[in-house]
Amino acid sequence: MDISFALTGKGYVLVAADTTAARSIIKMKSDEDKIKVLSPHLLMAFSGEPGDTVNFAEYVERNLRLYHIRHTYPLRPASAASWIRRSLAESLRSRSPYSVNLLLGGYDTATHTPELYWVDYLGTMTSVPFGAHGYGSYFALSLLDRYHDPEAGLEEGLAALRRCIDEVSKRLVVSPGKYKVKVVDKDGVREIEL
Amino acid sequence: MNSFADRFSTTGTAVEQRRIKEYVADEEDVSDSMWGSEAGFGTIAHGTPNFMVPTVPDPSAFLRLHTDDHADPSCRIKIKHGTTTLAFRYQGGVIVAVDSRATAGSYVASGTVKKVIEINPYLLGTMAGGAADCQYWETYLGMQCRLHELRNRERISVAAASKYLSNLVYNYKGMGLSMGTMICGWDKTGPAIFYVDSDGTRLKGDLFSVGSGSTFAYGVLDQGYRWDLTDEEAQELGRRGIYAAGHRDAFSGNTINLYHVQQQGWKFIGNYDVSEMHYNGPTGTAGYGYGVRVEGRSSANPPA
Repeated sequence: MDISFALTGKGYVLVAADTTAARSIIKMKSDEDKIKVLSPHLLMAFSGEPGDTVNFAEYVERNLRLYHIRHTYPLRPASAASWIRRSLAESLRSRSPYSVNLLLGGYDTATHTPELYWVDYLGTMTSVPFGAHGYGSYFALSLLDRYHDPEAGLEEGLAALRRCIDEVSKRLVVSPGKYKVKVVDKDGVREIEL
Repeated sequence: MNSFADRFSTTGTAVEQRRIKEYVADEEDVSDSMWGSEAGFGTIAHGTPNFMVPTVPDPSAFLRLHTDDHADPSCRIKIKHGTTTLAFRYQGGVIVAVDSRATAGSYVASGTVKKVIEINPYLLGTMAGGAADCQYWETYLGMQCRLHELRNRERISVAAASKYLSNLVYNYKGMGLSMGTMICGWDKTGPAIFYVDSDGTRLKGDLFSVGSGSTFAYGVLDQGYRWDLTDEEAQELGRRGIYAAGHRDAFSGNTINLYHVQQQGWKFIGNYDVSEMHYNGPTGTAGYGYGVRVEGRSSANPPA
Protein backbone atom coordinates (compact mmCIF):
# COMPACT_ATOMS: atom_id res chain seq x y z
CA MET A 1 0.00 0.00 0.00
CA ASP A 2 1.50 3.29 -1.08
CA ILE A 3 2.02 6.08 1.40
CA SER A 4 2.19 9.75 0.54
CA PHE A 5 2.39 12.96 2.57
CA ALA A 6 2.34 16.62 1.69
CA LEU A 7 2.49 19.80 3.72
CA THR A 8 2.68 23.51 3.11
CA GLY A 9 5.05 25.97 4.75
CA LYS A 10 6.19 29.54 4.31
CA GLY A 11 6.28 29.86 0.52
CA TYR A 12 6.63 26.17 -0.31
CA VAL A 13 4.86 22.82 -0.51
CA LEU A 14 6.64 19.60 0.44
CA VAL A 15 5.45 16.39 -1.21
CA ALA A 16 6.72 12.97 -0.17
CA ALA A 17 5.87 9.50 -1.39
CA ASP A 18 7.36 6.08 -0.69
CA THR A 19 9.36 4.49 -3.52
CA THR A 20 8.29 0.88 -3.38
CA ALA A 21 6.37 -0.84 -6.16
CA ALA A 22 4.78 -3.95 -4.69
CA ARG A 23 2.76 -6.81 -6.06
CA SER A 24 1.00 -8.94 -3.43
CA ILE A 25 3.68 -9.57 -0.79
CA ILE A 26 6.67 -8.85 -3.01
CA LYS A 27 8.61 -5.60 -3.45
CA MET A 28 9.21 -5.46 -7.19
CA LYS A 29 11.17 -2.21 -7.08
CA SER A 30 12.49 0.12 -4.39
CA ASP A 31 13.22 3.33 -6.29
CA GLU A 32 9.96 4.06 -8.09
CA ASP A 33 9.16 7.78 -8.45
CA LYS A 34 5.50 8.35 -7.57
CA ILE A 35 5.64 12.14 -7.74
CA LYS A 36 5.13 13.67 -11.17
CA VAL A 37 6.26 17.16 -12.07
CA LEU A 38 3.26 18.47 -13.99
CA SER A 39 4.45 21.99 -14.73
CA PRO A 40 7.21 24.36 -13.58
CA HIS A 41 5.36 24.96 -10.30
CA LEU A 42 3.15 21.90 -9.85
CA LEU A 43 3.74 18.49 -8.29
CA MET A 44 1.46 15.50 -8.06
CA ALA A 45 1.90 12.49 -5.79
CA PHE A 46 -0.24 9.57 -6.94
CA SER A 47 -1.17 6.24 -5.39
CA GLY A 48 -3.79 3.53 -5.76
CA GLU A 49 -4.52 0.70 -8.17
CA PRO A 50 -1.36 -0.48 -9.97
CA GLY A 51 -1.51 0.37 -13.65
CA ASP A 52 -4.16 3.03 -13.20
CA THR A 53 -1.79 5.27 -11.26
CA VAL A 54 0.91 5.70 -13.87
CA ASN A 55 -1.58 5.74 -16.73
CA PHE A 56 -3.61 8.51 -15.15
CA ALA A 57 -0.54 10.49 -14.10
CA GLU A 58 0.86 10.39 -17.63
CA TYR A 59 -2.53 11.38 -19.06
CA VAL A 60 -2.62 14.41 -16.77
CA GLU A 61 1.02 15.25 -17.43
CA ARG A 62 0.56 15.27 -21.21
CA ASN A 63 -2.66 17.25 -21.11
CA LEU A 64 -1.22 19.96 -18.88
CA ARG A 65 1.86 20.05 -21.11
CA LEU A 66 -0.42 20.49 -24.11
CA TYR A 67 -2.18 23.36 -22.38
CA HIS A 68 1.20 24.94 -21.67
CA ILE A 69 2.26 24.62 -25.31
CA ARG A 70 -1.00 25.96 -26.70
CA HIS A 71 -1.24 28.96 -24.40
CA THR A 72 2.48 29.50 -23.70
CA TYR A 73 1.73 29.63 -19.97
CA PRO A 74 0.81 26.76 -17.66
CA LEU A 75 -2.45 26.39 -15.72
CA ARG A 76 -2.34 27.85 -12.22
CA PRO A 77 -2.50 25.26 -9.44
CA ALA A 78 -6.16 25.85 -8.58
CA SER A 79 -7.25 25.46 -12.21
CA ALA A 80 -5.03 22.45 -12.79
CA ALA A 81 -6.40 20.78 -9.67
CA SER A 82 -9.92 21.53 -10.81
CA TRP A 83 -9.29 20.00 -14.24
CA ILE A 84 -7.67 16.91 -12.71
CA ARG A 85 -10.53 16.46 -10.24
CA ARG A 86 -13.04 16.64 -13.05
CA SER A 87 -11.09 14.05 -15.07
CA LEU A 88 -11.32 11.70 -12.11
CA ALA A 89 -14.98 12.45 -11.49
CA GLU A 90 -15.87 11.77 -15.13
CA SER A 91 -13.85 8.57 -15.05
CA LEU A 92 -15.72 7.46 -11.90
CA ARG A 93 -18.98 7.07 -13.86
CA SER A 94 -17.32 5.28 -16.77
CA ARG A 95 -17.01 1.57 -17.47
CA SER A 96 -13.54 1.35 -15.92
CA PRO A 97 -12.92 4.17 -13.46
CA TYR A 98 -9.44 5.22 -12.43
CA SER A 99 -8.68 4.21 -8.81
CA VAL A 100 -6.12 6.88 -8.12
CA ASN A 101 -5.59 9.11 -5.09
CA LEU A 102 -3.66 12.33 -5.45
CA LEU A 103 -1.88 15.05 -3.56
CA LEU A 104 -1.37 18.15 -5.67
CA GLY A 105 1.19 20.63 -4.46
CA GLY A 106 1.73 23.85 -6.38
CA TYR A 107 3.04 27.35 -6.06
CA ASP A 108 0.86 30.08 -7.51
CA THR A 109 3.33 32.55 -8.97
CA ALA A 110 0.60 35.18 -9.41
CA THR A 111 -0.46 35.31 -5.77
CA HIS A 112 2.80 33.98 -4.31
CA THR A 113 0.99 31.34 -2.30
CA PRO A 114 1.79 27.66 -1.93
CA GLU A 115 -1.27 25.51 -2.52
CA LEU A 116 -2.05 21.94 -1.63
CA TYR A 117 -5.03 19.88 -2.78
CA TRP A 118 -6.08 16.50 -1.44
CA VAL A 119 -7.93 14.50 -4.11
CA ASP A 120 -9.27 10.96 -3.85
CA TYR A 121 -10.43 8.47 -6.48
CA LEU A 122 -14.09 9.44 -5.97
CA GLY A 123 -13.30 12.93 -7.18
CA THR A 124 -13.36 14.55 -3.77
CA MET A 125 -11.13 17.59 -3.72
CA THR A 126 -10.27 19.80 -0.83
CA SER A 127 -7.66 22.45 -0.25
CA VAL A 128 -5.62 21.58 2.85
CA PRO A 129 -2.59 22.84 4.78
CA PHE A 130 -1.32 19.24 4.95
CA GLY A 131 -2.55 15.91 3.70
CA ALA A 132 -1.78 12.22 3.38
CA HIS A 133 -2.95 9.11 1.54
CA GLY A 134 -2.65 5.45 2.41
CA TYR A 135 -1.98 3.92 5.81
CA GLY A 136 0.39 6.79 6.55
CA SER A 137 -2.60 9.07 6.99
CA TYR A 138 -3.67 7.23 10.16
CA PHE A 139 -0.44 8.29 11.84
CA ALA A 140 0.51 11.49 10.09
CA LEU A 141 -2.70 13.52 10.29
CA SER A 142 -2.88 13.61 14.09
CA LEU A 143 0.82 14.26 14.22
CA LEU A 144 0.58 17.17 11.81
CA ASP A 145 -2.46 18.56 13.65
CA ARG A 146 -0.06 18.87 16.56
CA TYR A 147 3.18 19.92 14.84
CA HIS A 148 2.34 21.59 11.51
CA ASP A 149 3.11 25.30 11.25
CA PRO A 150 1.98 27.16 8.13
CA GLU A 151 4.81 29.63 8.63
CA ALA A 152 7.52 27.03 9.10
CA GLY A 153 10.72 27.46 7.11
CA LEU A 154 11.92 24.66 4.84
CA GLU A 155 14.08 23.06 7.53
CA GLU A 156 11.20 23.02 10.04
CA GLY A 157 8.90 21.65 7.37
CA LEU A 158 11.33 18.86 6.60
CA ALA A 159 11.60 18.13 10.33
CA ALA A 160 7.80 17.71 10.51
CA LEU A 161 7.90 15.47 7.44
CA ARG A 162 10.65 13.41 9.03
CA ARG A 163 8.47 12.99 12.13
CA CYS A 164 5.70 11.54 9.95
CA ILE A 165 8.04 9.14 8.18
CA ASP A 166 9.68 8.04 11.44
CA GLU A 167 6.28 7.47 13.03
CA VAL A 168 5.18 5.29 10.13
CA SER A 169 8.42 3.28 10.27
CA LYS A 170 7.91 2.84 14.01
CA ARG A 171 4.26 1.86 14.11
CA LEU A 172 3.18 0.47 10.76
CA VAL A 173 3.67 -3.27 10.35
CA VAL A 174 4.50 -3.11 6.66
CA SER A 175 6.36 0.17 6.39
CA PRO A 176 8.15 1.12 3.21
CA GLY A 177 11.88 1.74 3.35
CA LYS A 178 12.56 4.81 1.31
CA TYR A 179 10.76 8.02 0.39
CA LYS A 180 11.20 10.50 -2.38
CA VAL A 181 10.69 14.11 -1.34
CA LYS A 182 10.08 17.01 -3.69
CA VAL A 183 9.50 20.64 -2.93
CA VAL A 184 7.87 23.37 -4.99
CA ASP A 185 8.42 27.05 -4.24
CA LYS A 186 8.92 30.33 -6.11
CA ASP A 187 12.00 28.92 -7.84
CA GLY A 188 10.15 25.88 -9.16
CA VAL A 189 10.45 22.21 -8.39
CA ARG A 190 13.37 20.31 -6.94
CA GLU A 191 14.06 17.03 -5.23
CA ILE A 192 15.35 16.86 -1.66
CA GLU A 193 17.37 14.09 -0.01
CA LEU A 194 15.97 13.42 3.43
CA MET B 1 -19.32 7.30 -39.74
CA ASN B 2 -15.83 6.34 -38.78
CA SER B 3 -15.82 3.25 -40.91
CA PHE B 4 -17.15 5.33 -43.79
CA ALA B 5 -14.30 7.79 -43.38
CA ASP B 6 -11.84 4.95 -43.02
CA ARG B 7 -12.88 3.43 -46.29
CA PHE B 8 -12.01 6.54 -48.25
CA SER B 9 -9.12 7.90 -46.24
CA THR B 10 -5.65 7.83 -47.74
CA THR B 11 -3.70 7.74 -44.51
CA GLY B 12 -3.83 5.79 -41.26
CA THR B 13 -3.79 2.21 -40.18
CA ALA B 14 -6.95 1.23 -42.01
CA VAL B 15 -5.34 2.10 -45.31
CA GLU B 16 -2.20 0.28 -44.43
CA GLN B 17 -4.20 -2.83 -43.67
CA ARG B 18 -6.13 -2.45 -46.89
CA ARG B 19 -2.90 -2.33 -48.85
CA ILE B 20 -1.63 -5.41 -47.08
CA LYS B 21 -4.89 -7.17 -47.81
CA GLU B 22 -4.60 -6.32 -51.49
CA TYR B 23 -1.03 -7.49 -51.51
CA VAL B 24 -1.91 -10.76 -49.90
CA ALA B 25 -4.80 -11.25 -52.29
CA ASP B 26 -2.48 -10.72 -55.27
CA GLU B 27 0.17 -13.04 -54.04
CA GLU B 28 -1.11 -16.42 -52.99
CA ASP B 29 2.18 -17.56 -51.51
CA VAL B 30 3.30 -14.83 -49.12
CA SER B 31 6.92 -15.20 -48.21
CA ASP B 32 7.38 -15.82 -44.53
CA SER B 33 10.27 -13.41 -44.34
CA MET B 34 7.79 -10.66 -45.09
CA TRP B 35 7.05 -10.47 -41.39
CA GLY B 36 10.60 -11.03 -40.30
CA SER B 37 9.71 -14.30 -38.73
CA GLU B 38 9.93 -17.94 -39.62
CA ALA B 39 6.53 -18.47 -38.10
CA GLY B 40 4.87 -16.26 -40.72
CA PHE B 41 2.48 -14.08 -38.78
CA GLY B 42 0.14 -13.45 -41.65
CA THR B 43 -2.85 -12.58 -39.51
CA ILE B 44 -2.22 -8.85 -39.91
CA ALA B 45 -3.93 -9.15 -43.29
CA HIS B 46 -7.18 -9.65 -41.46
CA GLY B 47 -6.74 -6.40 -39.57
CA THR B 48 -5.74 -5.70 -36.02
CA PRO B 49 -7.34 -8.27 -33.75
CA ASN B 50 -10.62 -7.22 -32.30
CA PHE B 51 -11.88 -9.51 -29.62
CA MET B 52 -15.44 -10.52 -29.14
CA VAL B 53 -16.17 -9.90 -25.51
CA PRO B 54 -19.11 -11.79 -23.98
CA THR B 55 -22.18 -9.52 -24.06
CA VAL B 56 -22.65 -9.55 -20.32
CA PRO B 57 -22.36 -6.65 -17.90
CA ASP B 58 -19.11 -7.92 -16.38
CA PRO B 59 -17.02 -10.01 -18.81
CA SER B 60 -14.38 -10.91 -16.26
CA ALA B 61 -16.95 -12.20 -13.77
CA PHE B 62 -18.38 -14.30 -16.59
CA LEU B 63 -14.93 -15.69 -17.35
CA ARG B 64 -14.28 -16.36 -13.68
CA LEU B 65 -17.56 -18.22 -13.38
CA HIS B 66 -16.31 -20.76 -15.88
CA THR B 67 -12.63 -20.90 -15.01
CA ASP B 68 -12.07 -20.33 -11.30
CA ASP B 69 -11.11 -23.69 -9.92
CA HIS B 70 -10.76 -22.48 -6.35
CA ALA B 71 -14.41 -21.65 -6.00
CA ASP B 72 -15.58 -24.49 -8.20
CA PRO B 73 -13.25 -27.46 -8.69
CA SER B 74 -15.63 -29.00 -11.21
CA CYS B 75 -15.44 -26.08 -13.65
CA ARG B 76 -14.70 -27.12 -17.21
CA ILE B 77 -11.91 -24.72 -18.14
CA LYS B 78 -8.76 -24.76 -16.07
CA ILE B 79 -6.36 -22.07 -17.09
CA LYS B 80 -2.68 -22.98 -17.06
CA HIS B 81 -0.93 -21.17 -14.23
CA GLY B 82 2.11 -21.51 -12.03
CA THR B 83 5.57 -20.66 -13.18
CA THR B 84 8.89 -19.24 -12.24
CA THR B 85 10.65 -16.80 -14.52
CA LEU B 86 13.54 -14.49 -13.81
CA ALA B 87 15.67 -11.93 -15.57
CA PHE B 88 18.46 -9.67 -14.47
CA ARG B 89 20.73 -7.07 -15.95
CA TYR B 90 24.44 -7.05 -15.27
CA GLN B 91 27.73 -5.85 -16.71
CA GLY B 92 27.67 -8.45 -19.49
CA GLY B 93 24.06 -8.08 -20.66
CA VAL B 94 20.82 -9.70 -19.55
CA ILE B 95 20.26 -13.21 -18.23
CA VAL B 96 16.82 -14.70 -18.73
CA ALA B 97 15.93 -18.01 -17.10
CA VAL B 98 12.60 -19.80 -16.84
CA ASP B 99 11.23 -23.17 -15.81
CA SER B 100 9.18 -25.35 -18.15
CA ARG B 101 6.26 -26.71 -16.12
CA ALA B 102 2.64 -26.00 -17.00
CA THR B 103 -0.01 -26.90 -14.46
CA ALA B 104 -3.78 -26.85 -14.71
CA GLY B 105 -5.04 -27.00 -11.16
CA SER B 106 -3.07 -29.77 -9.47
CA TYR B 107 -2.34 -31.55 -12.74
CA VAL B 108 1.06 -31.17 -14.40
CA ALA B 109 -0.11 -30.56 -17.95
CA SER B 110 3.34 -30.32 -19.49
CA GLY B 111 6.99 -30.33 -18.53
CA THR B 112 8.39 -29.02 -21.79
CA VAL B 113 6.84 -25.58 -22.19
CA LYS B 114 8.81 -22.80 -23.87
CA LYS B 115 8.26 -19.88 -21.50
CA VAL B 116 10.71 -17.58 -23.23
CA ILE B 117 9.09 -16.02 -26.25
CA GLU B 118 11.57 -14.96 -28.90
CA ILE B 119 10.02 -11.71 -30.09
CA ASN B 120 12.87 -10.91 -32.47
CA PRO B 121 16.66 -11.44 -32.47
CA TYR B 122 17.09 -8.64 -29.92
CA LEU B 123 13.98 -9.00 -27.76
CA LEU B 124 12.82 -11.74 -25.44
CA GLY B 125 9.59 -11.95 -23.50
CA THR B 126 8.92 -14.26 -20.59
CA MET B 127 5.70 -16.05 -19.85
CA ALA B 128 3.93 -16.21 -16.50
CA GLY B 129 0.21 -16.33 -15.83
CA GLY B 130 -2.07 -17.37 -18.65
CA ALA B 131 0.02 -19.22 -21.22
CA ALA B 132 -2.24 -18.33 -24.11
CA ASP B 133 -2.43 -14.64 -23.20
CA CYS B 134 1.35 -14.33 -23.01
CA GLN B 135 2.04 -16.32 -26.14
CA TYR B 136 -0.55 -14.53 -28.21
CA TRP B 137 0.15 -10.97 -27.14
CA GLU B 138 3.91 -11.27 -27.19
CA THR B 139 3.80 -12.75 -30.68
CA TYR B 140 1.53 -9.87 -31.64
CA LEU B 141 4.04 -7.50 -30.05
CA GLY B 142 6.69 -9.07 -32.29
CA MET B 143 4.64 -8.15 -35.36
CA GLN B 144 4.26 -4.58 -34.18
CA CYS B 145 7.99 -4.36 -33.48
CA ARG B 146 8.70 -5.49 -37.04
CA LEU B 147 6.29 -2.88 -38.41
CA HIS B 148 8.05 -0.26 -36.30
CA GLU B 149 11.33 -1.30 -37.92
CA LEU B 150 9.90 -1.05 -41.42
CA ARG B 151 8.27 2.32 -40.77
CA ASN B 152 11.17 3.96 -38.94
CA ARG B 153 14.19 2.17 -40.40
CA GLU B 154 15.31 1.59 -36.85
CA ARG B 155 14.93 -1.16 -34.29
CA ILE B 156 12.37 -0.51 -31.58
CA SER B 157 13.76 0.25 -28.13
CA VAL B 158 13.00 -2.10 -25.26
CA ALA B 159 11.25 0.78 -23.50
CA ALA B 160 8.97 1.42 -26.47
CA ALA B 161 8.20 -2.25 -27.07
CA SER B 162 7.29 -2.81 -23.42
CA LYS B 163 5.19 0.34 -23.34
CA TYR B 164 3.33 -0.86 -26.42
CA LEU B 165 2.51 -4.08 -24.60
CA SER B 166 1.55 -2.41 -21.33
CA ASN B 167 -0.77 0.04 -23.10
CA LEU B 168 -2.28 -2.87 -24.98
CA VAL B 169 -3.05 -4.95 -21.89
CA TYR B 170 -4.22 -1.84 -20.05
CA ASN B 171 -6.94 -1.54 -22.67
CA TYR B 172 -8.18 -4.96 -21.61
CA LYS B 173 -7.90 -4.24 -17.87
CA GLY B 174 -10.60 -5.92 -15.83
CA MET B 175 -11.58 -8.27 -18.63
CA GLY B 176 -9.67 -11.27 -17.35
CA LEU B 177 -6.29 -11.11 -19.08
CA SER B 178 -3.62 -12.70 -16.91
CA MET B 179 0.02 -12.15 -17.69
CA GLY B 180 3.21 -11.26 -15.85
CA THR B 181 6.01 -10.77 -18.28
CA MET B 182 9.48 -9.37 -18.55
CA ILE B 183 10.48 -7.75 -21.83
CA CYS B 184 14.24 -8.08 -22.09
CA GLY B 185 16.62 -6.92 -24.77
CA TRP B 186 19.45 -4.79 -25.99
CA ASP B 187 18.96 -1.45 -27.70
CA LYS B 188 20.82 1.86 -28.21
CA THR B 189 20.83 2.40 -24.45
CA GLY B 190 22.34 -1.01 -23.71
CA PRO B 191 20.74 -3.92 -21.88
CA ALA B 192 17.24 -3.33 -20.49
CA ILE B 193 14.48 -5.17 -18.64
CA PHE B 194 10.89 -4.08 -18.23
CA TYR B 195 8.34 -5.87 -16.10
CA VAL B 196 4.86 -5.67 -17.59
CA ASP B 197 1.74 -7.26 -16.14
CA SER B 198 -1.95 -7.42 -16.93
CA ASP B 199 -2.77 -4.82 -14.26
CA GLY B 200 -1.02 -2.43 -16.64
CA THR B 201 1.99 -2.08 -14.36
CA ARG B 202 5.25 -1.45 -16.20
CA LEU B 203 8.50 -1.23 -14.26
CA LYS B 204 12.05 -0.69 -15.43
CA GLY B 205 14.59 -2.50 -13.31
CA ASP B 206 17.75 -4.53 -12.94
CA LEU B 207 16.31 -7.69 -11.45
CA PHE B 208 12.87 -9.23 -11.58
CA SER B 209 11.30 -12.58 -10.91
CA VAL B 210 7.70 -13.41 -11.73
CA GLY B 211 5.40 -16.33 -10.98
CA SER B 212 4.36 -18.58 -8.13
CA GLY B 213 7.98 -19.55 -7.45
CA SER B 214 9.33 -16.00 -7.67
CA THR B 215 9.84 -15.65 -3.91
CA PHE B 216 12.17 -18.65 -3.91
CA ALA B 217 14.07 -17.34 -6.91
CA TYR B 218 14.37 -13.86 -5.33
CA GLY B 219 15.90 -15.40 -2.22
CA VAL B 220 18.74 -16.94 -4.20
CA LEU B 221 19.03 -14.10 -6.69
CA ASP B 222 19.19 -11.18 -4.26
CA GLN B 223 21.95 -12.83 -2.29
CA GLY B 224 24.10 -13.72 -5.29
CA TYR B 225 23.53 -10.66 -7.46
CA ARG B 226 26.23 -8.10 -8.24
CA TRP B 227 26.52 -5.76 -11.22
CA ASP B 228 30.05 -6.99 -12.08
CA LEU B 229 29.17 -10.68 -12.32
CA THR B 230 31.12 -12.53 -15.04
CA ASP B 231 29.13 -14.21 -17.82
CA GLU B 232 29.79 -17.61 -16.26
CA GLU B 233 28.71 -16.47 -12.78
CA ALA B 234 25.62 -14.76 -14.14
CA GLN B 235 24.45 -17.82 -16.02
CA GLU B 236 25.06 -19.95 -12.94
CA LEU B 237 23.02 -17.51 -10.82
CA GLY B 238 20.14 -17.67 -13.29
CA ARG B 239 20.16 -21.46 -13.23
CA ARG B 240 20.33 -21.58 -9.44
CA GLY B 241 17.44 -19.14 -9.16
CA ILE B 242 15.13 -21.30 -11.23
CA TYR B 243 16.44 -24.46 -9.62
CA ALA B 244 15.52 -23.10 -6.17
CA ALA B 245 12.00 -22.37 -7.34
CA GLY B 246 11.72 -25.67 -9.18
CA HIS B 247 12.72 -27.42 -5.98
CA ARG B 248 10.50 -25.55 -3.51
CA ASP B 249 7.47 -24.56 -5.59
CA ALA B 250 5.13 -27.38 -6.58
CA PHE B 251 3.93 -25.43 -9.62
CA SER B 252 7.40 -24.90 -11.06
CA GLY B 253 10.04 -27.33 -12.19
CA ASN B 254 10.97 -29.97 -14.79
CA THR B 255 13.60 -28.11 -16.79
CA ILE B 256 15.37 -24.75 -16.93
CA ASN B 257 15.72 -22.71 -20.12
CA LEU B 258 18.55 -20.22 -20.05
CA TYR B 259 19.11 -17.26 -22.39
CA HIS B 260 21.79 -14.61 -22.52
CA VAL B 261 21.18 -11.26 -24.23
CA GLN B 262 24.21 -9.38 -25.48
CA GLN B 263 24.84 -6.52 -27.90
CA GLN B 264 24.62 -8.83 -30.92
CA GLY B 265 21.24 -10.19 -29.77
CA TRP B 266 20.05 -13.06 -27.63
CA LYS B 267 21.64 -16.47 -27.43
CA PHE B 268 20.09 -19.69 -26.14
CA ILE B 269 22.50 -21.14 -23.58
CA GLY B 270 20.82 -24.41 -22.78
CA ASN B 271 18.12 -26.57 -21.30
CA TYR B 272 18.83 -28.11 -17.90
CA ASP B 273 16.86 -30.77 -16.06
CA VAL B 274 16.00 -29.65 -12.52
CA SER B 275 16.52 -33.13 -11.03
CA GLU B 276 19.84 -33.37 -12.84
CA MET B 277 20.84 -30.00 -11.36
CA HIS B 278 19.76 -31.23 -7.93
CA TYR B 279 21.98 -34.30 -7.95
CA ASN B 280 24.84 -33.52 -10.35
CA GLY B 281 24.79 -29.81 -11.28
CA PRO B 282 25.45 -28.41 -14.76
CA THR B 283 28.96 -29.87 -14.99
CA GLY B 284 28.04 -33.21 -13.44
CA THR B 285 30.39 -32.61 -10.51
CA ALA B 286 28.50 -30.54 -7.92
CA GLY B 287 24.76 -30.82 -7.34
CA TYR B 288 22.74 -27.80 -6.21
CA GLY B 289 20.66 -29.80 -3.71
CA TYR B 290 21.05 -29.19 0.00
CA GLY B 291 21.30 -32.89 0.79
CA VAL B 292 23.86 -33.31 -1.96
CA ARG B 293 25.90 -30.31 -0.84
CA VAL B 294 26.10 -31.30 2.83
CA GLU B 295 26.46 -35.02 2.30
CA GLY B 296 28.66 -36.63 4.91
CA ARG B 297 28.82 -33.48 7.01
CA SER B 298 27.45 -33.57 10.51
CA SER B 299 26.81 -31.08 13.26
CA ALA B 300 27.19 -33.72 15.93
CA ASN B 301 29.87 -32.91 18.44
CA PRO B 302 30.65 -36.10 20.36
CA PRO B 303 33.32 -36.06 23.07
CA ALA B 304 36.66 -37.30 21.75
